[in-house]
Amino acid sequence: MSLLWLRFALGCYFIGLIYAFVALTRTSELFSRVALHAASLGLVFHFVSLVEVFGSGHAVWASVHNSESLLAFLSMSFFMIIYAAYQTTSPGVVVFPIVFFLTFVAAVDQQPVLLTSFVQHKGWLIAHIILIFTGYAALVLSFGASLLYLLQERRLKAKKPSSLISFLPALEVIDQIGYRSLLLGFPFMTLGLITGSIVAMSAYGHVDFLDPKILLSILMWAVYMVMVFTRWNSGWRGRRAAFLATFAFVAALAAWAANYFSTIHRFAAS
Amino acid sequence: MRYQLIGVNHKSAPLEVRERLAIPESRLPDTCRDLTAYPGIEEGMVISTCNRVEVVTHTTNGSADLRGFLHDHFHLTGEELDAHLYEFREKDAVRHIFRVASSLDSMVVGEAQILGQVKEAYATARAVGAVRGQLDQLFNRAFAVAKRVRTETAVGSSSVSIASVAVELAKKIFGSLHGKNVFLVGAGKMSELAARHLMAHGCGSIFVSNRTYDRAVGLAHKFNGQAIKFDDLYDTCDRADIVITSTGSPKAIFHREHGEQFLARRKNRPMFFIDIAVPRDVSPEMAKLDGIFTYDIDDLQQAVTSHVADRRKEAERAEAIITSEVERFEARLSTLDVVPTIVSLQDHLETIRQAEIDRVRGRLGQMTPEQEIAVEALTRGIINKVMHTPITTLKTAAKEAEATTVIDVVRRLFNLRQNNSAPGKEAASKEGSNNEAGTRQ
Repeated sequence: MSLLWLRFALGCYFIGLIYAFVALTRTSELFSRVALHAASLGLVFHFVSLVEVFGSGHAVWASVHNSESLLAFLSMSFFMIIYAAYQTTSPGVVVFPIVFFLTFVAAVDQQPVLLTSFVQHKGWLIAHIILIFTGYAALVLSFGASLLYLLQERRLKAKKPSSLISFLPALEVIDQIGYRSLLLGFPFMTLGLITGSIVAMSAYGHVDFLDPKILLSILMWAVYMVMVFTRWNSGWRGRRAAFLATFAFVAALAAWAANYFSTIHRFAAS
Repeated sequence: MRYQLIGVNHKSAPLEVRERLAIPESRLPDTCRDLTAYPGIEEGMVISTCNRVEVVTHTTNGSADLRGFLHDHFHLTGEELDAHLYEFREKDAVRHIFRVASSLDSMVVGEAQILGQVKEAYATARAVGAVRGQLDQLFNRAFAVAKRVRTETAVGSSSVSIASVAVELAKKIFGSLHGKNVFLVGAGKMSELAARHLMAHGCGSIFVSNRTYDRAVGLAHKFNGQAIKFDDLYDTCDRADIVITSTGSPKAIFHREHGEQFLARRKNRPMFFIDIAVPRDVSPEMAKLDGIFTYDIDDLQQAVTSHVADRRKEAERAEAIITSEVERFEARLSTLDVVPTIVSLQDHLETIRQAEIDRVRGRLGQMTPEQEIAVEALTRGIINKVMHTPITTLKTAAKEAEATTVIDVVRRLFNLRQNNSAPGKEAASKEGSNNEAGTRQ
């Protein structure tokens, strides 16, 4: 049943995906409103689907697909918060495809693969998953914002008059979106890593720092911290910030991929 | 539809001619009264702005001598005037009014003022009773069309002057301009204008620097800002988000190293340089820095030109809207023309029906309620069935050119009186309510 709702959500996000491609070439007030409504509707379906998963016993939370679905949900929620604050749908250009991809993978079929070894620490585990995913979602958004910043900067620098009527919000607004999601995401990411290590400690008695998953997670966190610091200290933005954000994003992807070859943090096959 | 229009505008007539035709606001009511008193004119109004004088009328036979009216009213001879006049009738007059109200006929296409001016002219003429049913319909529709053009196209949205382009660019960089600081380097008409625009859009404080310090003080005083000594320019410039520079310096005064300093002190918050000076004040090397956005006079000019081009494209879309609206208006008018005929036809038959029932009642005496209902239903049924085809035919004919013929035939066949209940008024009230529904959509 939850898959059905998720597929409904996927359908709605698909409209968002089309919007993302169209928005790159032309501006349509109507279409962006349609995409926004579709995304909101998708978010509702998505929420129902997640509630059903949760209702069916929270061990399932740790399956690959459900966590991807959760990440997509959180990213989309962030997008909505930004829309509420800034009245702009343009971060959707980056967020919609990512959300669509994540939801698509999650909606293909049910894969009851579980983190079986941690079942005795459900509370910490759930806290870990939600915290770290909120951090991920914020990272996705600030990555998106930094790409949009570059795009807008280039348009302004190119002085192409037609770019004056572009779909992008003002440069400083994009910058604020990126910086605020970065600031918001950082504590979540930090706490997520702390709860993660608590879970690991209680499961194994120690934290294996050489495990690729942990190594990459720490790397990602470090880049994240550098980003926050350089921004706060010397106002890095534009190209340098985009470079860092891309680096953090790749590190996050690598940390995620590490689930498939880490010895201690993997979704055990059923 | 017997609309007739005559006028001059900025394209057809030089300023001297328009000046002689211009009617001061105080004399507009009298002019409207004179107009409706002129032979052949039922309703009339006058739109008089600095770019146009238009006399719009609804006439009794569709060919009133409007030129004659102008000659008489302004005491001008045909030679002086006629070459500059344009005249439109019926559909073309409707189209012209729609275009004027939508600001497509304006000197600066899309400027918003004209709609207000037309509305005022309409209100004035209405107040003296010169505008009634027919022109009422036309202008109500014209206002609705103008609104539609404004919301559905971007004709009115882009601004054209260099100063407003500068404001628009600043908004693309900073979003809201509230609390942003402006630095004026050098004085000049254009930079002053740009500064004024920026302040009007919420910019915070203003700094002024000039090689002649006194001049800076004077200008700063004008803007309620702060004068800065030219020597301190580089130390204070980073406090501004927007720098408008227009010195007469033969060489650039802002170089790459200055830009780097500014950005370092501003923690890389972006800066916007509006370089109006020729030769330029901002070196191209500095313009390349991330976070420094420089637009020189050519860039701004180009942006202005492209706006005009954008507008032209939008104006084409607006014209398409006007064309479809003119057709709609025409179709609706002609449909309405048959309404009085249908109404009087129905009235006529209803009178016959009632008379017949009364006659039968007199012969049959008191009927039971059931019988009453049966007779009622029977007679009504027959009339409705018989009337169905004629009414449909009338309605279809209304949309075609043969409307008047069919109406005539029907009226003669059934011996209906002409103008039995002031059809014009009825039609107008109907049209009015339709209009409102149209606007609300």
